[in-house]
Amino acid sequence: MKIKQLSIFLENKKGRMRKALEVLAHAGINIRALSIADISDFGILRLIVPRPEEAQALLLDNNFVVKMGHVIAVEMNDQPGGLSAVLRTLDDASINLDYLYAFVDEKEEKAIVLLHPEDIEAGIEALEKGRANIIAPEDVYNW
Amino acid sequence: MIWNEKAECMSKDEREELQLKNLQNVVKRAYETVPYYQKRFDKEGIKPEDIKTMDDIHRLPFTTKNDLRDAYPFGMFAVPRREIVELHTSSGTTGKPTVSGYTKKDIEIWSEVMARGLTMFGATEDDIIQNTHGYGLFTGGFGVHYGAQKLGAMVIPISTGQTRRQIEIMKDFGATILIVTPSYGLYLAEVAKEEGLDNDEMKLKAVGFGAEMWTEEMRQEIQRRFNAPAYNIYGLTEIIGPGVALECPEQDGLHVMEDHFYPEIIDPQSTKVLSEGEKGELVLTSLTRHGMPIIRFRTKDITSLQSGTCPCGRTMIKMDRITGRTDDMLKIRGVAVFPSQIEKALLKIDGLEPHYQIIVTRPQHLDELEVQVETSPELFSDEVKELVNIKKKIENRVHDEIGLRVNVTLVEPKTLPRSEGKAVRVIDKREL
Repeated sequence: MKIKQLSIFLENKKGRMRKALEVLAHAGINIRALSIADISDFGILRLIVPRPEEAQALLLDNNFVVKMGHVIAVEMNDQPGGLSAVLRTLDDASINLDYLYAFVDEKEEKAIVLLHPEDIEAGIEALEKGRANIIAPEDVYNW
Repeated sequence: MIWNEKAECMSKDEREELQLKNLQNVVKRAYETVPYYQKRFDKEGIKPEDIKTMDDIHRLPFTTKNDLRDAYPFGMFAVPRREIVELHTSSGTTGKPTVSGYTKKDIEIWSEVMARGLTMFGATEDDIIQNTHGYGLFTGGFGVHYGAQKLGAMVIPISTGQTRRQIEIMKDFGATILIVTPSYGLYLAEVAKEEGLDNDEMKLKAVGFGAEMWTEEMRQEIQRRFNAPAYNIYGLTEIIGPGVALECPEQDGLHVMEDHFYPEIIDPQSTKVLSEGEKGELVLTSLTRHGMPIIRFRTKDITSLQSGTCPCGRTMIKMDRITGRTDDMLKIRGVAVFPSQIEKALLKIDGLEPHYQIIVTRPQHLDELEVQVETSPELFSDEVKELVNIKKKIENRVHDEIGLRVNVTLVEPKTLPRSEGKAVRVIDKREL
């Protein structure tokens, strides 16, 4: 139930993010979701893409430092309180989150949150117990 | 193996006798044939006859790079111009270059000392020496070349650059000894890896390093990457080029070819001669050089000397690897910092690439030291707090080593300049 996520080290320098994205664009890899963590002089670009292995290899070939990690994708009600309901489930199980990012799928009229708990297995277990709607990787890559 | 057992394993008394005879000769010739020396000696009230023991060398005036510059181009020659068969010059990055002229006999000496050194690395006439030092006015290429020829080894005079070709040739020709500068060595190793040449596929049995300062940690890194022992080469254009001192298999200091080059260590400030084991500026006198005798040349290189019989059998005095220059010392907020200290701290961290750059600025009348290091897959983490910790850890290591707070910047891989000669490690943006 884990979604593969690519994390890319970016120096805080003009054009670096664009360069990373162009590498993927040339290979026809579409980005499903994206977030950026910025620290003073560098940042981490996190991406969900179909064909993550291929994307990682391409970025490595272009001298980017890339790591593959995992996140959990959960579908929420696209209405007030949707996200907090998901977070409550994790809170109740005392699971700490490193970060999350969310987006809306307009076609399906769905809101999706990508979660990165400190302990991913415990996170999945708690969410399943709390009857959250966890999305399978194939579905995420094919949105 | 020892190339010239008689010269390299001579007893102390025997060598001193030889050194004194050669010193007396060279001082006399310098005084009689080079106006610069005559003027300097007269000013100090010293005549060649005053040199009665080796200790009398301390009475002779020093020669500096500036003195050699003033004599540009041929003012230091002790023989008629037609007897000079080869010229080399320093790079001239800090002013007019200094010229070094060689007679046929000088080239013979140069070949001899380099043959001794290559033999220390384990080279024999069966070896294939890939010489990546530049051939040209720089002494590195030719010095190694002459030594290799004297030894009877096969030399590949590939020079610096064309890195991919270097790898191809190393593989196809089966080079057994590689001569590089430390920074180019690391670059070469990196490209070799990219080209899919594994270090167990390489046939190298030794790597010789010269022309740049390096730390023990850098040696370890190079040995690991090339899977072969790495030995230090020391020399400078003014004295002869590479071949002044080289390292034996003990890897514990460089044997100075002291029958040809007489070393002293001085306090760079007071110019007082220091005793054995004390760290200071290396001063060299060429005892046998014919075309251009150099007396008490201040090298600006920081090292110390150690005499005694080496476990390798040689009795030639050993100098420590160069740990700094009297002139690359950075003063940061009043504290003396050598780039080699920072390098040492960096290379202690697992996963850190040996490419770095030190940037000194003075934003608000206060010196700031920024150390840029390249991120590697081992260092990188998806977690912000992990990355910040790594940065802090590097900063702390450097702080422990130099006693100053620095700002570490992680940059993307392969973005710091790779040099094909001497690495530019320090960018000083202060207007001092």
